[in-house]
Amino acid sequence: MRHGIGALGGIALGTAMLALSVAIAFSVGRFPVGFADLVRALWAAASGAPSGLSPAAEAVIFNIRGPRVVAAILCGAALAVAGAAFQGLFRNPLVSPDILGASSGAALGAVLGIFLSLGIFGIQALAFGGGLLAVALVYMIGSSIRSGDTVLILVLTGVVVGSLLGAGVGLMKYLADPYNQLPAMTFWLLGSLAGTDRSDLAPLFGPIALGTAVLLALRWRMNVLSLPEEEARALGLATGPIRIAIVAAATLVTSASVAAAGIIGWVGLIVPHMARFLVGPEFGRLMPTAALLGGGYMLAIDTLARSAAQVEIPLGILTAAIGTPVFIWLLASSRKTWT
Amino acid sequence: MTLAAKNLTYGYRDTTVGSGATLAIEAREVTALLGPNGGGKTTLLKTMLGLLSPLGGAVTLDGHDLEGLSVTDRAKAIGYVPQASASPFAFTASEIVLMGRTAHAGLFAAPTAKDREIAASALDRLGIAHLSERPITMISGGERQLVLIARALAQAPRFLVLDEPTASLDFGNQGKVMRRLGGFAEEGLGVLFTTHDPNHAARFADRVALLGRGTILAQGPVREHLTSEALADLYAAPVDLVRDEAGRSAYLPG
Repeated sequence: MRHGIGALGGIALGTAMLALSVAIAFSVGRFPVGFADLVRALWAAASGAPSGLSPAAEAVIFNIRGPRVVAAILCGAALAVAGAAFQGLFRNPLVSPDILGASSGAALGAVLGIFLSLGIFGIQALAFGGGLLAVALVYMIGSSIRSGDTVLILVLTGVVVGSLLGAGVGLMKYLADPYNQLPAMTFWLLGSLAGTDRSDLAPLFGPIALGTAVLLALRWRMNVLSLPEEEARALGLATGPIRIAIVAAATLVTSASVAAAGIIGWVGLIVPHMARFLVGPEFGRLMPTAALLGGGYMLAIDTLARSAAQVEIPLGILTAAIGTPVFIWLLASSRKTWT
Repeated sequence: MTLAAKNLTYGYRDTTVGSGATLAIEAREVTALLGPNGGGKTTLLKTMLGLLSPLGGAVTLDGHDLEGLSVTDRAKAIGYVPQASASPFAFTASEIVLMGRTAHAGLFAAPTAKDREIAASALDRLGIAHLSERPITMISGGERQLVLIARALAQAPRFLVLDEPTASLDFGNQGKVMRRLGGFAEEGLGVLFTTHDPNHAARFADRVALLGRGTILAQGPVREHLTSEALADLYAAPVDLVRDEAGRSAYLPG
C-alpha cells in the first residue's frame, strides 16, 4: 500500500490548489479581477501586445494585488520547505522552521528597528539580520557543547536562546512609546503582508529562491539525514556539511519571510504534515508538494486576512486559528504514526 | 580482503572503553564478537566502521587506514546493520532499502532506475519483496531487521557489520536472520556480528572474537576458542555445556 497519490499526483494537486488560490485572490477585494482578465494581462505583459484592460485593472494586477500575491506564495512555499527540511533534520515531526531561533532573532531585530524609528527598509534589514545572527549563535553554541546527541543539544540551545531573545522583545515593548511604537510592534509581531508593493519583492525573492533551491536540491539526501546520525554516516552521507547547508538555507528563507511579513507561525509546521498526508514521508516527493501547498495555503490565508473583515486580520492570528484544528485533525487521522 | 583493527584503543572523546584490541575480519568468513554487557562491543564496532575515530592504533581496510577514506568510500566498502530503532517517519521498506544507494549517488542526484532495481533485488534476496510498499512503522521487529539487512546489501559492500542482529527478535526470527549470514559469506562478503548468545556464534560463525576486560582476549576458529572455560572466564559466570551424539554442542547459562 503505497502512500497517497505519488509524486506527480502531489505536484498536480499542489499546482491546482495554488492556481485556485491565485484565481480567488485576484477575484476577491474592492476591485475584483476575473481569472480571464488576469490571464489576458499576464499574456500581454509576456508578449508585449496590448491587453485591452483598463489602466486601473492593470494597476491592481501588477502594482497592488499582484506583488502581495507573489509575496504570499513565496513566504508560504519557503516556510513549508524549511519546515519539512527541519522536521527531517531533527527527526521530529513537531518541529517548525523557527526552532533554532530564526523568528525570535528576526522579531528582536524588527522591534529594535521600530524602537529606533527606522524606516521600513531598516526594520526589514534588522529583522533579516537578526534571524540569521540568532541561528548562527545557536549553531555555534550548540556545536561547541560536545556531550550527548548533537541534534538534541542544537534544539535545546535554540529553545533557550529563543526565549532569551523573547525577553529582549519584551524589554523593547516595555520601553517603547505606547502610542506609536507599541502598536506597530504588536502588529508586526502578528504578521501581515498589507502594504507589500513591487519594491518589496526583490529582497524577498533573492534569498527565498536561493534557499528553496538548495533545500529542493538536497531533498533526496534528506531521507538519509532523517535517520539516526550514525546510520546516515554509515550509509555514506557526510552529515556535518549537509546539516549546515540545510540549516543555512532554511534560516535564509525563514528570515527573509519573517522580515517581509512578520511572524507567521504554523505554516511551516502544518503544511509539511498536509504534504506527508498526500504523498508520504519520502522527501523526493514531499518537498515539491510541500512548496506548492505552502504557497497556495499562505495565499488563501492572506486573501482571507484582507477580505474577511473591515480591517486587516493579522496573518499570525489566522494561521493559528486555522492551524490548530487542522493539526488536531491530522493527529487524529494519522494512523498511530506520523503519516 | 581484510578489515582489521591493530592495537586499537577505542572509546569516546574523553572515555577510553578498550585498548590493545587486534582483530581481523576476512572475506568469506562470518566472525562473531562475544562479550559481556557494557564491555564495549558496540563501541568497537562503531570504531571499525569509522563512525568513531580510534583513540590509538588503527583500523585498516585492505591495509589502508580507514581514517584516510571519505565517508562515501567507507560506505561503499562496509555495510552497517544497526539495531532496529523506531523511525518517526513512515518510510516504506523499499524507500529505506533505496537509501542504501546513498554512497553510489551524487549529492543532488535522484535515485536511478538501476538503484531501484538493486534495492528491489536486495529485498527479494531476503524474501521480503512482499513488504516493499509497507511502511516500516507497520511491520514486525524481525521484518524491520531484514529490511535493514537488505539496505546494507543494497550498499554493495564487501564487509557487513551487524550490531546484535537478533537482540529484539523472537526465537523463530533469530534463526531466520542468522541463517542468512553464512550465505552472504559464501557470496564473498566478510561478516562481523555481535551477539549475547554463544550458541549463535557456535552455530552460525566461522570465527569468534571474545571481548572482555577492555580488550580482545582471544580470537580464532569457533571450534578452538569457543569453550566453556573461555565463556566462563569472559562472562565471569558458570556456563554449562551440553552435547548430543552427533558432537554438536550448546551452552546454557548458569
